[in-house]
Amino acid sequence: MMNEQEFIKEIDRYLNDEMEGPERIAFERYCEENATAAEQLATHRLFLQQLRSYADRVVFKQQLAKVGEQYHAGAHKDAGRAEPMIVTLWNKFKVNSLVAASVAILAVFSTLWLSGYYQTIQKTTSNYSALRRDMNTVQKNVNAQNAVIRNINSGKQRDDRSASNFGGTGFVISANGYVVTNYHVVRGADSVHLQSVKGDSFRANVIYIDPTHDLALLRINDSTYTPLKNVPYTFKETPSELGEDVYTIGYPRDEVVYGQGYLSSRTGYAGDTTAYQISIPVNPGNSGGPVLDSRGNVIGIISGKQTGIDGASFAIKTEALLNSIAAVPTDSLDQELVIGKKNTLGGLRRTEQVKKIQDYVYLVKVY
Amino acid sequence: MSKWSKAIALEADEAIVEGVARGDADSLERLYRDYFPVVLNMVVKNSGTEEEAKDVFQEAVIVLYDKVKQQDFELTSRLKTYIYSVCRRLWLKQLGSKGRTFHDVTAYEDTIAVEEDLALHEEKDVQLTMMEQALSELGEPCRTIIYDFYIADMSMQEICDKFGYTNANNAKTQKYKCLQRLKKLFFTTIK
Repeated sequence: MMNEQEFIKEIDRYLNDEMEGPERIAFERYCEENATAAEQLATHRLFLQQLRSYADRVVFKQQLAKVGEQYHAGAHKDAGRAEPMIVTLWNKFKVNSLVAASVAILAVFSTLWLSGYYQTIQKTTSNYSALRRDMNTVQKNVNAQNAVIRNINSGKQRDDRSASNFGGTGFVISANGYVVTNYHVVRGADSVHLQSVKGDSFRANVIYIDPTHDLALLRINDSTYTPLKNVPYTFKETPSELGEDVYTIGYPRDEVVYGQGYLSSRTGYAGDTTAYQISIPVNPGNSGGPVLDSRGNVIGIISGKQTGIDGASFAIKTEALLNSIAAVPTDSLDQELVIGKKNTLGGLRRTEQVKKIQDYVYLVKVY
Repeated sequence: MSKWSKAIALEADEAIVEGVARGDADSLERLYRDYFPVVLNMVVKNSGTEEEAKDVFQEAVIVLYDKVKQQDFELTSRLKTYIYSVCRRLWLKQLGSKGRTFHDVTAYEDTIAVEEDLALHEEKDVQLTMMEQALSELGEPCRTIIYDFYIADMSMQEICDKFGYTNANNAKTQKYKCLQRLKKLFFTTIK
């Protein structure tokens, strides 16, 4: 019986296949015969197995960790490669496309700006044009002529060119000298003169303005003025119908001008309910002229037109006019304002009507 | 899947399994490439992170390894199914311990019962942890001597030279003592 150390050594040799044939058989027989030895052999063998598998597993784990790490590091690259083409393209041209987009936006807006698009917008948002006549150009010529004449006569030089000079139309509302026109005609006026169709000129004062409705009330203040007979037309307060045959008389030039058309809409510029849209060709100077229907009722006052649109003229409704007049403080009236109630035009032909009315329509000159 | 292609697939699986037993890097890489995405998907869809998926997958491969290392190993299902089942089982267990919910995702893949393999794996884990503990308690130079002789298969003469023993007998005695101590440490921890 050998000692344990020796025996273990033998076992190691046996397990490592270092024993040759006879020795091996002898060893095996020894173990079979000796129970303690057999147990020792079994235990040792098992133990070594454990040890080996432990070592193997450690190595395997290391290997696995290494492979896993490599895979995970590579997986991201693979994921990048596997991206759809559109994503790849996007990544590639992201910066370029952003630059292109900014350039395009810049180009669009600068082109719009250069081509005056924004000015057009501004224009269309306020394409209402008030129809007062600028007579500066005419007046300048006249002034120049006058100056020449004066220079010849007196040798003195005088500069009396007025800063502004406008014209419009006004019509009698009450025979004792009250005339209605547009506020925009007399705005900023130093003095107002009315000229009748016969050529007589009267001074007038602005006694009331209503900028909201673009209305002004004038009072003739001149010793040469003889009150007229009763006003031949009446004022129609109820709304007129679409298609109503209407006409106007005004002074787009120094001579009285007749214009004819029809009522085309119940509302005025931008849906203004205090005005009508009428289809009468009107021009600067027509502002403040009366709009009459076929029976000689005043249904409105010409106030302006829409630029860029044919035949869209606007007239303030009589209703607004009368409301406005009713609001005039009685203090500012030295004579009662009598609105005509009797219509003497009803059965007359148009030419007869116009002949009668024109005496009551004045050219408003503003200095 | 036809019988023919199934056979081919099984053959490929077996090749991989053999590679795993050897600790072959290519086979392990194939395992990752072919099966990791499914596992990642399963874990991430069930309140897990990518890191957790990596851990679960790694453990599943070790389970496979333990199983393969057994003498009477036979692959009874597709490798994919096996890996997925193990991972699912492992992840369920982790979720259970953390008290998180699991939405059943069996619909995505076939699963098989893997409880037995997991039990084997755990037992192995315990034993090997004990071995590790025993080895760490053994200390140097004993550990290296044991390792060199029994695992690296170095001869006593080589060990003798490496450690500078004056003669092989001294080395043998030293090795014997170390082995006895290790055995003692190992078996006491078992008890």
